[in-house]
Amino acid sequence: MKKDHYFHSIRVDTDLCDGRMKCMRACPTQAIRIKDGKAVIKEEKCIDCGECITACPNNAIVPLTDPFGELTKFKHTVAIPSPALYTQFGREILPEKILSGLKKLGFDDAFDMAQTCGEVSFAIQEYIREYEGPKPLISNACPTVVRLIQVKYPSLIDQVIPIEIPRELAGREIKKEKSTQLGLKEKEIGAFYLTPCPAKMISIKQPAEKGKSSLDGAISISDIYGPLLTAMEGVENKSYRKALESICILGIGWAMVGGICRTLRLKNSLAVSGLGEIIKVFNDIERGNLRNIDFIEAYSCHQGCVGGSLSVENLYISYNKILKLIETLEFEKIKACPDIREVRKLYKKKHFFIKGKLVPRPLKPLAKDLGEAIKKRKEKEEIYHSLPKIDCGACGSPTCLSFAEDVVMDEAEITDCFFKLPKKFRELSEELTKIFEKLSLMDSAYVPQEKTSKSKESQK
Amino acid sequence: MSSEDGFHQKFKISGGDFSKAGMVSTKVKEILQEIGISPTIVRRAAIATYEAEMNVVMYADIGELTLNITPDIVHFRLEDEGQGIENIEKAMQEGFSTATEEMREMGFGAGMGLPNIKRNADEFKIVSHPGKGTTLDIIFHLNQTI
Repeated sequence: MKKDHYFHSIRVDTDLCDGRMKCMRACPTQAIRIKDGKAVIKEEKCIDCGECITACPNNAIVPLTDPFGELTKFKHTVAIPSPALYTQFGREILPEKILSGLKKLGFDDAFDMAQTCGEVSFAIQEYIREYEGPKPLISNACPTVVRLIQVKYPSLIDQVIPIEIPRELAGREIKKEKSTQLGLKEKEIGAFYLTPCPAKMISIKQPAEKGKSSLDGAISISDIYGPLLTAMEGVENKSYRKALESICILGIGWAMVGGICRTLRLKNSLAVSGLGEIIKVFNDIERGNLRNIDFIEAYSCHQGCVGGSLSVENLYISYNKILKLIETLEFEKIKACPDIREVRKLYKKKHFFIKGKLVPRPLKPLAKDLGEAIKKRKEKEEIYHSLPKIDCGACGSPTCLSFAEDVVMDEAEITDCFFKLPKKFRELSEELTKIFEKLSLMDSAYVPQEKTSKSKESQK
Repeated sequence: MSSEDGFHQKFKISGGDFSKAGMVSTKVKEILQEIGISPTIVRRAAIATYEAEMNVVMYADIGELTLNITPDIVHFRLEDEGQGIENIEKAMQEGFSTATEEMREMGFGAGMGLPNIKRNADEFKIVSHPGKGTTLDIIFHLNQTI
């Protein structure tokens, strides 16, 4: 059988890693082990959340985003920043100025995705209105959450909204538009997402629905932050009011938790952030507890995309900036947003639907054969009970339970556990004592070797 | 169904402890997933065990879930010590509940517990001795074609 291979946006730099286990302890899916003093990522368990990147004190966990040089591969390049980028600078710097700064940096154009986010909000409204299956529906905006569902909650897969995410739609539409406008082929146009997290990278390199992404790469916000700050210095400030008027009031909130819910006007919706919290909520959904909730918006990063591991600004400050911006827009009665009638027309033409289908990616069972798997699970339980259950991590596995599994799967030795060593020492020392006794016996008796066995027999 | 080659584990459930409620059914779910039981059965089992666990938390003093897995079946036995059920026939009706006002305010006691277990399980047996306790047997068949 073909071994499934999953692309991941995270790599360990073994030169920098000194095996301090911070990442291993931070990993919410227990995908990291320490082997010979270096972190190793178990790819089938990894959901690319980026917790390890934040946890590593040595910057040894490297997000695999694209270098700026990728731009030269295309005849025309467009930057599509995540709305999280708008929250990284001072409050007086509005999206318009940031987009101009990006053009000065070398992109041929920069596209404001907030408008697309607004359209998708309307499309989700339509979808929820027509939907009759089990509830709640779950947002697909966070790729880590989508992977979490594929890996750990496959039974919830049909509740994931099948509406294309704004960044993909934006990439698709820009390429169409630019190719007719400029007389270029679509593949000559490079659409780059400016990302607050490494997870977006995998959703571009390997979309969960197995189709092909309309985007050509992702550039880390933290990489572009410095150059962009310098580039914006020369950009002249336009009228503040004009700049405000170009902001889509629906889409601007998509980078923060609750940003989608506020645009849907539902009676019952929830917004959750942080993987630990999401897991609690998903457990509740699976038990059938949240059937009266229509829609759940979930982000693996705290406070939403503004809390991504590749963003620069403090996440609470960023979150607050969006809230204040929305307040300002409401106060000034500026309510720019897409035309809902246009969106409805497009919705009917299937404009917003994802082409591919989301399929489960369940973790491999302990064995292919059910009987064998049951046996292994039993062994795992027995080993676990013999362990100290303090999850010290010294063996290189994050918990005693995961260590027990590693032993059953032949990926670790039981003696890797420190607490098993005294017993091992005792056994060894007993063995040694026996050998010594035998030797000293031989010494004192000066018995030639071939006779030893005979003398033993006579003893019996 | 030899018990030799099966997996067995017991889990304690303490009555009245709402803060820990649901932990046993979550653990059970993880075990089923690790063994590679199909997602549809895992989900049905998760619902049934959660409802059964909640019944112990809400109505009993103490209970125990025994999980048995063989290549043919997954068997949950829930035994509790507590008030028991006076009228099982009534308790099996949808909407019937003896939950207190406080429980209902927390979103429990909709009278769907036992019917929901029965609906999700392949086999379901219930025996109760009022004033002593209740025993549930919840069984899922694994060799069904899905």
